[in-house]
Amino acid sequence: MPGQSAHFLTKAYAVYAKDLRVELRTKYALNTILMFGVISLVAVSFSLGQGNLAPRLLAAVFWIIMFFAAMAGLAHVFIREEETGTSLALRLSADPDAVYLGKFVFNLTLLGLMAAIITPLFFVFTDAPSEHWPIFALVLLLGVFALCAGTTLVAAIVSKASAKGALFAVLSLPIFLVPLWWLIAASDKALSGGGLTAMSSELIGLVSYCVVMVTLSVMLFKVVWLE
Amino acid sequence: MFQLTVNGLGKRFGARKVFANVAFTLSTGDSIALIGRNGSGKTTLLMVLLASQHPSAGTVEYLQDGKKLDDDAVRLQSSLVGPYLNMYDQLTAEENLVFFATVAGLQVTGKRINQLLERVGLEGRGSDLVRAYSSGMKQRLKYAVALLKDPAYLFLDEPSSNLDEAGRKMVTEVIDEYRRKAIIVIATNEREEYGLARAVCSLSD
Repeated sequence: MPGQSAHFLTKAYAVYAKDLRVELRTKYALNTILMFGVISLVAVSFSLGQGNLAPRLLAAVFWIIMFFAAMAGLAHVFIREEETGTSLALRLSADPDAVYLGKFVFNLTLLGLMAAIITPLFFVFTDAPSEHWPIFALVLLLGVFALCAGTTLVAAIVSKASAKGALFAVLSLPIFLVPLWWLIAASDKALSGGGLTAMSSELIGLVSYCVVMVTLSVMLFKVVWLE
Repeated sequence: MFQLTVNGLGKRFGARKVFANVAFTLSTGDSIALIGRNGSGKTTLLMVLLASQHPSAGTVEYLQDGKKLDDDAVRLQSSLVGPYLNMYDQLTAEENLVFFATVAGLQVTGKRINQLLERVGLEGRGSDLVRAYSSGMKQRLKYAVALLKDPAYLFLDEPSSNLDEAGRKMVTEVIDEYRRKAIIVIATNEREEYGLARAVCSLSD
């Protein structure tokens, strides 16, 4: 038998690189997420108008757009495997943990890219105060990680159901409700000029959420994937 | 020496019995054909053997020199070719082969990939996207992926489906080779195909 020395991370990277290559050739999830994000941001900013909007409202608008844009595309990474009939080949060849890690990092890339495009547009369209952008960026990073941590396992579950799209948002919302609250509160404080100490409870909550969700996902993914 | 031991295997979907009390033991060098009318559970049995579906009763054990293999080892030692097993349409055949080799923990060279493509009759087409392949070419690619692992357990469901005469000859050669050094399970109703196996298990009985 040929050499079998490929490391776990090499396997996970292979899953990630495959998904990235397929996505770059189809652009399905990327286009869906970006179209949803940009259109909803433009629509909301035109409705609310520029200037004098409370930071709390701006933060809520931003994270609602991020959440639903993620809902529009993040499940695709597993749904595509089921719909194209490739999931069986993947299950029979790949270590489930490597599949989870590869797809989790792929979702992080996808959502990170969307955040990199949507966030500057958000500041331009809503005239949100941008003096404290480094702290806002930190909250954003945590939020992107938390969204992916909370939804990648749900995406794997949903891919086996018949009403995939609707079910993904329905199952993800309860899981993401509390971190969404923390993200809005932390972003509100960042936009209002509050420092890290002002939002320490939210940040600790978000980090804890990420750790718990990633741990749970790693423990449960094998059961979901092989079921 | 590898073994596949199946004891009292049964599968139900709700109240409907698909098959029951399937039992056999195979060692390296053995081959068995699963035959039966449409809906008799040939593909379901393959899925249960590959742990892709849970049995309703009974057990499946993979052994090497009398020691039970764990899930990782079974994954590394077994390959499946079947009509419902799809490759990635948006990747080329070479990219599919490299991907499946890497996730299985194998290191493959360009030379090995060319050898496999040549063996299944896809030489010169390795850099084409799979979506541009005919159904017969896709079936050939499934054989190339299956042979990547040089499997100790080879599961074939309708092994010659979509293949032309040259493709059928390739399948016969693969079965001939692996009949000696692996355990082969073939699910089929084609006399030409189940004639290649040393034993027959009828699921219609």
